[in-house]
Amino acid sequence: MHNPDRPVEVEVVERVEETPTIYTVHLRFTDPEVAAAYRSLPGQYNMLYLFGVGEVPISIVSDPDHEGPVEHTIRSVGRVTRGMESLKVGDRMGLRGPYGRGWPLQEAEGQDVVIVTGGLGCAPVVSMIRYVLRRRERFGRLVILQGVKHTDDLIWRRQYERWQELPDTQVLLAADVGGPNWPYSVGKVTVLFNQAGIDPDRSIVMLCGPEVMMKASIDRLLALHVPPESMWLSIERNMQCGIGHCGHCQVGPYFVCQDGPVFHYPQLRPWLGVTGF
Amino acid sequence: MDPSALFLPRQSVDSLFEAIRNRGFSKLLGPVAADGAIVYREIASAADLPTGLRDRQAPGTYRLEVQNDGVRTFSWANGPQALKPLTFAPRETLWRCERDASGELRFRDVAREHEPTAVFGVRACDLAALQIHERHFLKAPYSDPHYAARRSSLFLVAVHCSHPADTCFCASTGDGPRAESGYDLAMSELDDGFVIDAGTDRGRAVLATLGLAPASSAQQEKADREIEAAGRAQRRSLPSQNLKSALYGRLEDPHWDQVGRRCLSCGNCTAVCPTCFCHAEQDEPALTGETTEHLRQWDSCFTAVHSYMGHFLVREETRLRYRQWLTHKLASWHEQYGRSGCVGCGRCIAWCPVGIDITAEVSALLESGDAQS
Repeated sequence: MHNPDRPVEVEVVERVEETPTIYTVHLRFTDPEVAAAYRSLPGQYNMLYLFGVGEVPISIVSDPDHEGPVEHTIRSVGRVTRGMESLKVGDRMGLRGPYGRGWPLQEAEGQDVVIVTGGLGCAPVVSMIRYVLRRRERFGRLVILQGVKHTDDLIWRRQYERWQELPDTQVLLAADVGGPNWPYSVGKVTVLFNQAGIDPDRSIVMLCGPEVMMKASIDRLLALHVPPESMWLSIERNMQCGIGHCGHCQVGPYFVCQDGPVFHYPQLRPWLGVTGF
Repeated sequence: MDPSALFLPRQSVDSLFEAIRNRGFSKLLGPVAADGAIVYREIASAADLPTGLRDRQAPGTYRLEVQNDGVRTFSWANGPQALKPLTFAPRETLWRCERDASGELRFRDVAREHEPTAVFGVRACDLAALQIHERHFLKAPYSDPHYAARRSSLFLVAVHCSHPADTCFCASTGDGPRAESGYDLAMSELDDGFVIDAGTDRGRAVLATLGLAPASSAQQEKADREIEAAGRAQRRSLPSQNLKSALYGRLEDPHWDQVGRRCLSCGNCTAVCPTCFCHAEQDEPALTGETTEHLRQWDSCFTAVHSYMGHFLVREETRLRYRQWLTHKLASWHEQYGRSGCVGCGRCIAWCPVGIDITAEVSALLESGDAQS
C-alpha cells in the first residue's frame, strides 16, 4: 500500500531573502517522474521537510501551470522554519503534497476578484493573484487590499508597485503606523474598503491573514452589501499530517488540512472568532 | 435461539487457543491481572486468564477484587487498554530518511509486517471503537498503511459483557454489552464454559476443527439473560440523541469554566479513550547524522502544544481544551464520522485522576439553560 506520509526529495535551486525573517525557496523535484506528475492549485500547500528536524505546512506561491520549480515563501517562526532559514542553493529537503482545498477558481471566473490580506499572511493569495494575472481575460477587475502593521512589514513592495501599473488592477495598501516613505493609507485594512469601489453584485472576495482582521473585514464587506456567499477565506491551524489523520487542525466539523485551508465563509461563519476553535 | 451457536466447555478453552494458533495466529493476547488492572498481554493458556477477579470502577477509581469461589474469567468490564494500542500504535515509525555524504536524501518505507495475533476477550465497546477508527484511518484517498497492516494482522475473539462496571454506559450509546459485529468469534461466559459463535468464515473454520456440540437452548437463554441484565444494570448514560446542536449552542456556557477548574489537563482520558486518534509527528535523528526516523506518537488535545501555531496557542486555557475534547467527541464527530465518538466504555471516568464524569458533565451542560443558536 502506498505510504501517503512519505515525502519525496527536492533540491533548493534558488533562495531569496525577502526580509531578515522571511525567505523564499524555489524547489526542484530530483525525480523527473515526480516533477512531471506534480500539479497544484492556488491556495493549496505542501508539507516541507528538513532532514532530522521535521515537517511544516507551507502554502504554494507558484502558479499551477508554471512548469519550473515550486516556490514557497517561509517566515521563521518555529523550530522547523528557523532551521530551514539556513538552507542554501543545492541543499536537499523533503516535500509532500499538494494538500487541501484551494481558492474557488470556477466561482471567480467572470467576477471582480477582491483580495484582502493582512499582516504577513499574503503568501497564500499570491498564487491566486498570479493566476488571475496570467489569465486576465477570464476575470473582471483585480482589487488587492493589503494591510500591514509597520511599513517595513510589506514584503514584495516592488511587486505590488508593478501590479498597480496593470490595467483593471487596483492595489491599495494600509499600514497601522505610517512613515515618511509611506505614500499609502494609514490605519487597518478596513480603511481601504471605501476607496476600493467594490461592486457587491459582481465581486468574489478572498481573504487571508489574522482571523481578527478577516472578521473585521467581513463585517465591513457585509455592510457594503457583499453577500456572505461571495466570500472565501484561508485559515491556518497546527497541521502535522496534512491528510486528515493527526487531529490537530480540527475546527468544528472540519479538518483544516483537508477541508481547507480555503473555506467558503458561510461554512466557517459559526466558528470564526470563537476563542478556542 | 441461534442454531449455529456451539458450547465450549471450560476445560476446552485451550483447544480453542490451539485451533486459533493452527490457523496461523501464532501470538495470542488475552486479559491478565497485572499492575493492579486487567491488561492485555501475551498468554500461553487459559490458566493465565483472570479467574475469579472483579473490577470495581468509579470516578477516579479502579480496583481489582478477588471473588471467593469465582470460576469465571470474565467477571469484569474492562481495563485501561482497548484494542487501540494494537491497531494505532502509541509510537510508530512512518518512514526513514537517509542522507549521504553529498547531502542527497533517500526516503524509505519501514517494514509493516506484524506477527499474526489473536486477541481473546475483546469487548463490544472496543469493537465499536475499532469500527470508528477504521472510518478515520482507512478513509480514501489517504488510507493509512500503518494502521491497515496492524489491523489486518488481528483475529478477534469477543466476549460479551455480563459484569458491567459502575462507570459503564455502553447500553445508552448502543455499543454494548453485546458485541454485534467486527469479530471473528464471539463468546458468552457461563459457569461451566462458553456459548460460542462465529462472525467470519475464518472464525467458522476455527470452530469446525473443534467438534463442539451445539449450545442448548437453556445455555443460550442464560447467556442472553446475563447480557440483557448487564445492559439494565448500567446506571450511567448519555442521551441517545445527537448532541451536536445542544453542545454547539452552549459553547459559552459557564459550566465549561466549572469543569475547567477541576480538570488537570493531564490527558489520561484521551490515552484510555478507544476512539481518540490525535497524534504528533516528530523526527528522531541518529547521532551519526546520516539517518533519521520520522514517527508519530499519541498526542492529546489536553496538551498545550496540541493547538500550537508558531506564534500562539488556540487553546491556552484548560476549559477550552475540555470543551474541544467534549464537543469533538459528542458533536463534530457526528458530522465527521456519522455517529458520536463515545462508545460508553467509561474509561475516561475511571482513569481521570480527579474523577470527572463525562455523563455528569453532559447532564450539567444540558440542564444549564437553553442553547444559544
